[in-house]
This record gives sequence, C-alpha cells and structure tokens, in this order.
Amino acid sequence: MAGRRRSAWLAQALILAAVLALAALLATTTAGHLQERGIRSGFDFLLEPAGFALGESLLPFEPGDTTLRAFAAGLLNTLRVALPAAALALLIGIAAGFGRLAENPLLRGLAGAFVTGVRNLPLLLHLLAWYFILTDLLPPGDAAFNPLPGVFLSKSGLALPWWGEAGFEIPQPAGFGLEGGANLTPEYLALLVGLSVYSAAYIAETLRGAVLALPPGQRLSALALGMSARQAFLLVLLPQAWRAALPPVTSQILNLLKNASLAVAIGYPDLVSVAGTSLNQTGRAIECLSIVVAVYLALSLFAAAISHRLEARLFREQGE
Amino acid sequence: MPPAFRLLAAAAALALAPLPAFAGKTLDAIKSRGQLACGVSTGVIGFSAADSQGQWKGLDVDVCKAIAAAVLGDPNKVRWVPLSSQQRFTALQSGEVDILSRNTTWSLTRDAGQGLHFAGVTYYDGQGFLVAKKTKVSSAKQLRNAEVCVQSGTTTEKNLADFARAQGIKIKPVVFDKFEASLKAFFSGRCQAYTTDASALAFIRAKEAPNPDDYQVLPELISKEPLGPAVRRGDDEWFAIVKWTVNALIEAEELGITQARVDSLKSSADPSVQRFLGVGEDLGKNLGLDRNWAARAVKAVGNYGEIFNRNLGAESPLKLPRGLNAQWNKGGILYALPLR
Repeated sequence: MAGRRRSAWLAQALILAAVLALAALLATTTAGHLQERGIRSGFDFLLEPAGFALGESLLPFEPGDTTLRAFAAGLLNTLRVALPAAALALLIGIAAGFGRLAENPLLRGLAGAFVTGVRNLPLLLHLLAWYFILTDLLPPGDAAFNPLPGVFLSKSGLALPWWGEAGFEIPQPAGFGLEGGANLTPEYLALLVGLSVYSAAYIAETLRGAVLALPPGQRLSALALGMSARQAFLLVLLPQAWRAALPPVTSQILNLLKNASLAVAIGYPDLVSVAGTSLNQTGRAIECLSIVVAVYLALSLFAAAISHRLEARLFREQGE
Repeated sequence: MPPAFRLLAAAAALALAPLPAFAGKTLDAIKSRGQLACGVSTGVIGFSAADSQGQWKGLDVDVCKAIAAAVLGDPNKVRWVPLSSQQRFTALQSGEVDILSRNTTWSLTRDAGQGLHFAGVTYYDGQGFLVAKKTKVSSAKQLRNAEVCVQSGTTTEKNLADFARAQGIKIKPVVFDKFEASLKAFFSGRCQAYTTDASALAFIRAKEAPNPDDYQVLPELISKEPLGPAVRRGDDEWFAIVKWTVNALIEAEELGITQARVDSLKSSADPSVQRFLGVGEDLGKNLGLDRNWAARAVKAVGNYGEIFNRNLGAESPLKLPRGLNAQWNKGGILYALPLR
C-alpha cells in the first residue's frame, strides 16, 4: 500500500518536473529568438512615460505618467464597469428568474422573451447595438438634454454634479464638452447595460433551474402559510435555490468580468485596450499580453476564492 | 476572435516555430517557393485594398509587385497576407511575410527596437483631423476638451497626446480597435473630430462621409509619418534588394522611364537610362539579381509617379496632390539614391 502511494507521488513529481522543464524551455527559446531577431524585450518599458492619453479614467492619468500607471488605470476602468454590472446583472437576473416562474402569463411571457432574445445573440452584437443606439439617439454636446440643473445628457455622456478636486462640482460648459463633476460616457453606459443585461439572462435561467429543482412542497407550503407568490420566491425558494445556483452564478459573474474585455470594440479604455495601445507603442507583445493574462487570472482566482468561502458558509448554515 | 488572442497565437507560433534560415536566405526561400509573401493592410484604399474582383490594388501593393517582378520575373507571383496593425510586426519578425508593405510609419522605436529595417519612404504622410463643418472649427488648436475618435494600434494615439500637451489643451481620445466602429462613432456625432493620417482622411471624407461637403480636413498636420516597406533584420542581401527596388521606382520617374517606354528606351543614348535598363553596366549582379531587374519592375507597375497617380493621385478617387511626394526637383522631397 505504502509502495503504491510512493510510486503515485513519484509519478506526480515527474509530471510536475516535466511541465516545469517545458515552461523553462519555452521561456528560454522565446528569449533566445527575440534576441536573435533584434527585438528588445523585458518589462522596463512599464516605468517609462506612456505617451498616450486615456479618454476616461478613475485614476487620474496624464500622458507623462508611466505605462505601469496606464495599466493600473485600465484595470480600474475594467473594475469600474464590471463590479456595478455584476450587481445589476444579479438584480435583473433575480427579477427575470422570478418572472419566468410567475403564474401571470404576461409576466411569464415577457420574462421568457427577454431571456430568449438576449441569450441568443452574441455579446459583441449587444454592445455595438447599445452603443450605436446611444450615440445615434442622444442629442449632440452643444444641445445637451438638461432635465435637472447640473445634469446633462448628450452624445458625450451623462454629466452629473459630483465631488471633484474643488469639492462638490457642477458640470460647466468649457470648450467642447463640460468641466467639473462626473461624466459617464456612452461607452461606459453601453458596456454597463450590455454586460449586465446579457449576464442577467443566464443568471435568470440558472435561478429558474435551481428553484424548479426544489421539492414542490416548499412553494406550496409557503403559499399555504399565506405568503404571496413574491414572498414565497424571495423568502423560501430563493434562499434554498441559492445553494445550488451559487457555483454556476459565480461562473457567470467571472464570465462577465472577462467579457468586459470586449470594451475596446466600443471605445472604452479598459485593461485590454491599454495593453493593446502599449503593445503598439513599445512592440512588447509578449510582455503586454502576459500582463493581461496574469491580471485576469488573479482576478478570476480571487473571485473564485470568495465564492468558495460563500459556498462553505452556506453549507455550514444549511448543510446539516 | 479579439486581436489580442490572434496576437497571442502569433506570439506562441513565434516561440515554437523552427528558425528560418538567415543571411541571404530570404531570396533563396522566395525563389524556391516561387512566391513573395507580402504583408499588406486589411483594406486602406489607395495603399492596399482588395477590389470587387479580389485583386489587390494600391501603392503598397505595387511596391510588392515591383519586387516580385525584379526577383521572380512575374509581378503576380505574390502571396498577399492581410495584417491588422497589431499583427503586422509579429508577422514580419516570425517570418510569415518576407516584406511588410503596409502604410507603416518609420520611427526610431520601430526601426531599432522591433527587429525591423525600413527600406525607404514611399509616401510622406502626416497626421491630421477631420471635423464636421457645423462645429465651426478651423484650426486643431480649437479642439479644447474635444473628444476625438481614434483607431487603436497605430502611432496616432501618441501623436494626439503629444499635440494636446504641446498646445496645453485637453483632448479626450475615444479608442476603437476596429476602423469601421471608429468611423461609425465619429459620423454619429460621438466625437467632434476624427484623427489619422491625412491621406486616409481624404479617403474617409470622400468615400465614407454621409455628405462629404459637411466635413473638412483641418489644415494642420501634427506629425511626420514617413510610410515605407520594412523587412526583418538579419538578411542584408534581401534588405538591399527591397531598398534598391524602391529607389529604382523613384529614379525611373526622374529619368522619365515609364511603363510604356521601358522597351523603347533601351536604345537611349543617356548612360543613366542605359544603366537603369541593364543595357550597359550590370547593376543587378551587386544585388544577386540579373541585369534586367529594374526594367522588369518598372514594366510591371510603372515608375513612382505612375504608381502615385493610379492609386492616390489624379487618376484615383482620392485625388491627393503630390505635395511632399513630388520629386526633389519638382518641389517635393523624393530623392532617389543614384543607381550606379
């Protein structure tokens, strides 16, 4: 028995060594070829000035700042759209999942049409459609729709009063566009809406499946106790279904995070967009792409770890 | 598939591919293959674009045809490899193409840092702005706080940032990875200006604008964009062939050697013309080619002036003026190194 375990260990160690050796071979061969072809390589460019501007950035960013800071600004831009989109997707997904299970045929039909319509089109199409609807329909910047004082909606985006460097600021016209306050660009809005709506359809189906998997007595008992259909869904069915739904919903949120990389198609400066621009300015293709790979891997592993803890907690609470 | 992934695949191929042979071997490889692999754009009218019959047309295309004629004796023995701006350098470095003839700007970083050699300048361009006339902008300096639509993967983004910093104004770039999306956004009114090389702006205004008269190209050029073909480092013989074929096309215009008169001029008394056409001295042997290499190149596509007029100038839909791209003795800065 002990002998078999030892040989199993040995086999695993050998496989690990082979994988590591292959990785090392790949790295040295690549480095050798790059040098042979006179292509500069290395990560030193990260500390040099980026030289390009970003259209919008949560992290203040000027062209004179380092490329590293540009990557950080791109990452923050990714999170700035992915996190609210994840929250929105959950809300819309729960609502649509509830609608799919509703007794009311109109509500059920609408929710069904939503899920079918959204799920059967590629995400890129969603994003482009939202974006061009926004930019075609909204008025130009000099004729902005001004529903409330200090709130401007135009092709340049949604400008709101917000806290800035000079305290609470109200957007003021300056040159082309506005200065002060916060501005949510059409790129951001289209990405936010597109990502959340697309993921919501999948989340709705996951929740529906999880609820249907519960014993039918759960819902009937809740109704027998005098709960309304909505109370039964939110207070009795959803908390139980959540346990089964959590792993696939986590995958869906991870997908949303990765799908945010389609941002560059509609002009939003996310991490991939910054990496693409840096790649072209510096020619460091392998370096720029490996940064993107590492960041997405780290983000996904982090999100997966959170989900595992949540699962563990759910099972502790409800498991016995 | 996003360009990033295609690029990753290309990078992986670069790491795993067997080393291509070096030192004069590019020419041997082309001859044994019987085809020149030419990296072009995915569609820039006037430079390289496939027409409705699938035939590649443009100035960059004609450069490759001239080289194929000089080297293989047939301008049609070319394999066209359309490359996005992000793929282009990797494709050349990895040996997927023999020459990159794809409206690419010659700059220090690209020349010295990316394993390339630029063989010459075939078009002197500069970056400009296209604006809607109703914005009442007459100078790029008035673009304070403006949003400017840009396609990524070019030197344009950096030039735009440099210009804004030099002028002390803030310009917000809206960066798209696809040409079509960037144009659609601009014409929908999302951006107040569109920026790219002036030659492309002329095309965009003439062919893509809903109504060309509603748009104008601003007078300022904010950068120097010398465009030309590039080869990979490590093969000086091949580099020389490309460099001197480009020179020959320009020299032919100066000498008055046209596509129609190549054969009849062989009896010319002018020693420069004789040398060019391989009648007297044999210049081809210095390049590892035969004596008729330059004559074949001009016979295939015409001299530089003919190539320009056909693709970009008066005979083309773009109707671009020669400007800087006229000969040095005609008010431009084209100056062929002597073929002797």
